[in-house]
Parts: sequence; structure tokens; C-alpha cells
Amino acid sequence: MSTITPTKVILRGRKVVGGCAEGEALVTRDTISGWGGIDPMTGTVIETHHELRGVSFKDKVLVFPGAKGSSGWSAAFHLARIANAAPKAMVFNVMTTKIALGAVVTRAPSVTDFDQDPLSVIQTGDWVKVDGDRGVVEITKAEVTKKA
Amino acid sequence: MLDGAEGPARQKAMDLLVRYGEALGAERFVDVSNIAGVPGSSTLFLHNYYKEHGGGSFEDVFSRFDLDSDETVPFPKVGGNCCHLQGGMDPELWAEQGMSLEAFAHQQQDEAEVRRHGIQVLKTCTPYLAGNMPAFGEHCAWMESSAVVFCNSVVGARTNTEGRESTSAAMLTGKIPDWGFHRDDYRHGTHLVQVDVAVESVMDWGMLGYFIGDAVQENIPVVVGKLGQPDLIRHKHFGAAAASSGGVEMYHIVGVTPEAASLEIAFDSKKPMATIRYGPEERRRVYESLNSNGRDANVDYVMLGCPHASIEQIGEAARLLAGKKIKDGRSLWMFTSRAVKSVADLNGFTKTIRDAGGLVMTDTCSAIGRMLPKGTKVVALDSAKQVHYLPAIMGIEAWFGTTEDCIHAALTGRWAGELR
Repeated sequence: MSTITPTKVILRGRKVVGGCAEGEALVTRDTISGWGGIDPMTGTVIETHHELRGVSFKDKVLVFPGAKGSSGWSAAFHLARIANAAPKAMVFNVMTTKIALGAVVTRAPSVTDFDQDPLSVIQTGDWVKVDGDRGVVEITKAEVTKKA
Repeated sequence: MLDGAEGPARQKAMDLLVRYGEALGAERFVDVSNIAGVPGSSTLFLHNYYKEHGGGSFEDVFSRFDLDSDETVPFPKVGGNCCHLQGGMDPELWAEQGMSLEAFAHQQQDEAEVRRHGIQVLKTCTPYLAGNMPAFGEHCAWMESSAVVFCNSVVGARTNTEGRESTSAAMLTGKIPDWGFHRDDYRHGTHLVQVDVAVESVMDWGMLGYFIGDAVQENIPVVVGKLGQPDLIRHKHFGAAAASSGGVEMYHIVGVTPEAASLEIAFDSKKPMATIRYGPEERRRVYESLNSNGRDANVDYVMLGCPHASIEQIGEAARLLAGKKIKDGRSLWMFTSRAVKSVADLNGFTKTIRDAGGLVMTDTCSAIGRMLPKGTKVVALDSAKQVHYLPAIMGIEAWFGTTEDCIHAALTGRWAGELR
């Protein structure tokens, strides 16, 4: 008899913004521009050559390398929060002033400095719980593994 | 300040800066007196949102958006050398830009509030061309990625890419997290860029910046090779492009920029993390990438002045347009600061451009103000940064080339630029 067990993975990192949130992961290997790179009203990535162009991060757990581009990064994500189009949580690798301030004013639980690369571990569609205060990210893989 | 002894606004500002500093992992603050941001400004959307949720006054927007506070607090006068960067529309040509009287009146109110709180109205992305030039080693808190990279790299002053909320909080507190580019050990190069193709023109410098930003992302490039001596305009276009395609906040050019007297000094005697080559093939690919949004050679709008034009650039445009006429149905808008425009007026450049059918505008640009001449489908641009943003923001086609290519397109209505 075979059972289906969902795979769980735990990542440990450092608190950026406290609080807890969970949701479906949206993963990109491209850095994200705030102002001029997203539409804050819908949370959609608009940058011309971006792999997520046309995709919205609204209510997702956004997993990405980090921020780039305009100093309007924080204000764009802040506006997305006001428009109810912000990500539920953020998981990222590279610390910059843009993303630090952006995560703070988006008020989204956020973690960085992980023991493993979240971009390798997490896939779009995985269910991700972010505990900002403890710096713990729990991933439930969307693809379940079959065990005999 | 955090205990509220200096009033509720400074308390809220300090609370935000502490949360921001903790997010960064900073251990202390550094004193800053040169601060450039966009305090309290709001689009009609933001203004109306807060109006429907408790109050839409300047103080409401400043408290709740800039200071990320859940309540409105009285906003005292700021200290230090604080300035307001770019705004949303030209103070005289707003109707030509398609702005409503309501939006203009709102903008005028915001501007009066900015002045009343002791913040200089510079209304530009190039404060260093409009009266705020920091000194070597000065700690600043600046927004505007193109100004930040100029401040660190060309001037040798020290700022991170701050955001609206952190600059507004710094205006009240005179503090910013002591992290990143404020610290000696953070300012050294990480990546070596070997340039094997001649880089001379402003367009060449823009393309090289765009290539490097994409290649190094938020790292610090050290550039060596076949480079002419860059002037201010070349630095401006190079840095703006590198800060758009990536997140470059500082670069070194050996023998040119002030913290790169030699390769060893630029890298602090460490080995580069990677070496990147820029040759003819890379140059061609950047050109194609920057022109990938262009299909229709029928150009209806030429936008110049990104980052805001220097007096020399306005003079060059005037020389190229003197005695000529922009083709019917086409528009040419050139953006600059109010300070530089007053010099352009004095020298007759504004009139020469106007006589040819173009307009010199201030405060904003097509991307910041989300404004185009009516019916624009195809734009021609001489800025890699603007090509990066404008087609994505406004959903139009764009061509990238030299200032001459762009002015030629304005005069003929056709794009004829090519990689030379």
C-alpha cells in the first residue's frame, strides 16, 4: 500500500520584518524593480525583460534574489500595500537599503540570510509559512512524493 | 528622540529608522545633514485614498505614508540642507502635459507645504546640477538612484539609495542607518570590467552602463580599458543606466573616479569576484536590447533630458534645432530642473528650441509624471535609463540612439538611428 506524504523543508535565516504569514510561493531568479518595475495597483511585474512580466505577486509569498533599480522601491511596494496588492511575505537573498526599507513599509513578514538558498529549495506553487520573528520559513512542496 | 521628548513627528521618524536599521542589520546611526527626497508629495490617488481613510492633508500624507505612522502627527520644520527631488508636472506647461487643473492645484499646495517646512524646492533628479553638490566624504541621505550613484562614484560623498520614507524621517532626525556606503569597507570594487571597445560618445557611455548594471546587479564594478575621459554628462548617463538595469550605487573607473587612484586601491588589494569583458559583440547586444521595443520607424515623440539635462545638453539641442522645424504632428520635450532652465532661458536656448516646435520642461519627465503627448505610440530616446522604464510604464514602442538620432527623428518623423 502506498501513502502520499507531503515534503516539508525548513529554512533558517535572519529576521528582516517580524510577524507571521503564509501563502503560495511565487519564485523568480530575477531581481525586482519597484518603481517602474511593478504596477502597485495590481502587484503585477511590468519590467520588459523580466521572467515574471505580467504576473502578480498579490497575496503570494514572494521569493526572489533581491531589489534593483529606482529608489522608489519602498514607495512602490508601500503603495501596493495600500492598494491591497502587496505580497503576504518576502523571502530573499541579497540585502540592500531598497529591500530593507521596502519590506518595513510593506509590513510583510520578511526573512533573509538563509542556511540554504531559498531559490533552489522553493518552487512557485509551494505553500510557504514565514515566521519573521524567529527567521524560520517552512515549505510544503506542491509536488508530493510517493513512498512505497 | 524615540521617547517622544522631541515631539511626536521625530518619535515616529525615529521609530521608522530603528525598524529600518534593524532590517538592514545596522548597529548604529550616522549623522546626515544633506538630505534629498520627495517628502509629503502625493498623486491624486494617494491624496484621495487618505482623504477617504481619515484625512488627505499634507500632514496626513506625510505622517501616514512618509513616516509609516498609523496616526497623523504635527509636522515641524526640518533641519539641515534638505531638498525636494523631482515632481509630477511642469509648473507652467502642465496643460500641455495633459494634467488637470485639479492635479495642478494639488501639486501647488504640496509645493507650498514643502517650502513652509524648510525644504528647498529643487524639483529635479539632478540636485547636483541645481544647487546641491555635496563634498568628498560628506554623509548624505539621498533618493534617486542616478543621483546616488553620481554622489558616491563621481563626488566621493557617501549615501545609500534611500527611499521616500527614510529620507523624510532623516529630514526630521538628521540620522540614517550607518550601513553600506557610509562605511569604508563597503565602498571597494567587487567586479572587474575590462572594456575592449572604444567608449567615447554619451550613447556609448549609456550602453556600457546598461551592460554593466545587468552584469553586476547591485555589486560595485571597477572599469578599465578603452575609455575616453568621461565628462559630467557621460558619468550621468553611465551611472543612471547602471542603476536601472541593475542596482549599481557606486562604480570606480581607475584613474578617473576619486576612490580609484589605482586598481589596487579600487579593490582594496582584494581579488575581483569576477571579471567581465565588454567588447564589440557585447556592445551590439546592448544596442539591440535597448532597441527591442522599437518596431515602427514612424516616431511621434522625442523625449530628451533623462536624467535632467545639463545646460550643455540643452545648448546642444538648441544648436541642432536652430532654424529648423519639427515635423507636423510630432513633439519634442526636453526635461531639466528649474535652476538649469533659467540659465537656458538666459542664453536663448529655450526660445530656439521653442521656435523649432520643441518645449523645455521642468520638474518631471514622461516616466515620473506618466505623461506623453496625446496619441504617442512611438518614442525616440537618448537615455538608456528612460528606454528601460518608459515603454514598460506607458506601453509604447521606443527607439534608443544618440541625441542627434533623436532630433533627426523629430525633424523627419522617421527613426534612422543605427549602431555606428
